[in-house]
Amino acid sequence: MEPLLLPPIKDLHRIEVYEAHGGYAMLRKALAMKPEEVTEEVQKSNLRGRGGACFPTGLKWSFMPRGTDKPKYLIVNGDESEPGTFKDRQIFEFNPHLLIEGAAIAAYAIGAETVYLYIRGEYARWIKLMQQAVDEAASRGYLGTGVIGSEATIRLYVHRGAGAYICGEESSLMNSLEGDRGYPRVKPPFPAQNGLWGCPTTINNVETIANVPLILRMGAAAYAAIGAPKHPGPILVGVSGHVNKPGVYELPTGVPLLEIIHGYAGGVPGDKRIKAVIPGGSSTMILRGEELEGVCMDADSLKAAGSAVGTAGLIVMDEDTDLIRVITRITAFYHHESCGQCTPCREGTGWMHKMLKRFEASEATEGDIDLLLDVANNIEGNTICALGDAAAWPVQSMIKRFRGEFEKRLKHGSRKPAGETAAA
Amino acid sequence: MFSDEQRTRIRELTKRYQRPQAAILEALWIWQETHGWISEEGMRAVAELLELPYHHVLGVVTFYTMFNKKPVGRHKIEVCTNVSCMLRNSDRILRHLERKLDIHAGETTPDNRFTLVEAECLGSCGTAPMMQIGDDYHEDLNEAKVDAILSNLS
Repeated sequence: MEPLLLPPIKDLHRIEVYEAHGGYAMLRKALAMKPEEVTEEVQKSNLRGRGGACFPTGLKWSFMPRGTDKPKYLIVNGDESEPGTFKDRQIFEFNPHLLIEGAAIAAYAIGAETVYLYIRGEYARWIKLMQQAVDEAASRGYLGTGVIGSEATIRLYVHRGAGAYICGEESSLMNSLEGDRGYPRVKPPFPAQNGLWGCPTTINNVETIANVPLILRMGAAAYAAIGAPKHPGPILVGVSGHVNKPGVYELPTGVPLLEIIHGYAGGVPGDKRIKAVIPGGSSTMILRGEELEGVCMDADSLKAAGSAVGTAGLIVMDEDTDLIRVITRITAFYHHESCGQCTPCREGTGWMHKMLKRFEASEATEGDIDLLLDVANNIEGNTICALGDAAAWPVQSMIKRFRGEFEKRLKHGSRKPAGETAAA
Repeated sequence: MFSDEQRTRIRELTKRYQRPQAAILEALWIWQETHGWISEEGMRAVAELLELPYHHVLGVVTFYTMFNKKPVGRHKIEVCTNVSCMLRNSDRILRHLERKLDIHAGETTPDNRFTLVEAECLGSCGTAPMMQIGDDYHEDLNEAKVDAILSNLS
């Protein structure tokens, strides 16, 4: 597949280069369509969100009420913070106008006059690049009042975050944008009914929005034919960890993980065996290396394998990796990032982290494995937002698929001989 | 205090939003860029300008890791130690910095030149290990590269 999101065109971030390659023609095309026709086209393309949840984008747009006198908003989520994820950054750097064009088309489709592009605060350099691109787009009439001679008004503001993983969660992001602490909100109501300042709001990931002009250019049917039928399109796969050529690869969905690792990412250094992979960012369930045959980078295949495509941030671990150290570090992260609203997450993530440190130090006792699993199970599904689940899944899957690693780290002599009862 | 120019800039930024409070992060950024950290004076200045209670500003400042709640050195070095960096030996980079600067992560050198901290994932997983100094990312690090980067700092 020719790269569509990140085509190898020199200086594509410059607006004149982007225009020379057909840039902003799809905004023109969209403005000549009815907004609902644009939404329909995106629905037909089967584009699914690239921020982790894989929700159908066109369907999400269709939830936006027509006939309301409240202002409507589009938020583009560029808070990219899931460990192992570094893809949206490539769009900011190499194809910012594709993102702006997609955002303008999406805003038109849902009837929003204002777009906020929320970018994580640490991406200072990319915030500057995006701001430059936004200013250029506005100076050429692609943003502002009466976009390229139409009736549409579309304003786009870059909004800088300040360091909080939770703000990538859509309701937390809205609170952060409004100037409150970034606490997640209880859903329902959903953002399309009651979002930013209580107004109808759609929140889409950066990569998702960058796909929108491609759909209009190719047509929904041709787009839907790329990659995995139920989760089609190009996808930015970020490969990190123990590979020879880590980086972001633009691929059609549905490429086998082993082909990504050995083909695109150049294999494992020293030709070592793959012990484990985390397929879609740190919150997705870990898979054993020997279970990867036939597993592909798309929503259905990874779900069937007992994990998820998430943000397609593929983390590869070779045979020498200390997985207890890995899970302890991941859990430390979720503990640090828990916003503290919900008790199961606030207390549970810290509890899991403390227990995992006991395993790390080979100080754990036999009952600790099941206790750890019990704590994880009591977090999952019992919190306002998905951070609790995101903290529980890696622990649950690590115990399920690598229980032996935990058993090896029990305190010497604490393991009961087989057949002995707990009471003995 | 904010300068007149800064006050005008922040007031201009509030127009982007339905409610002026939404400019709070921008206002705090402007304060931190000027003073290096967010003091009580800074929070009171933001509160006054955006007509918010002081406790609201305090609540927001303490929610975000990037706002410095106490003074930091001239260069704040943040080493990512999250999973992708860890797999590519970020602990060696952190230890090297601790030895070189003779401080632990979380501390500032006595001459106030450097503050060293451990950071969560900064989105450089494909170019790990990495560190951020101020606004700049330094990627694909090894010990020698770290030395060269530090020697170029004032």
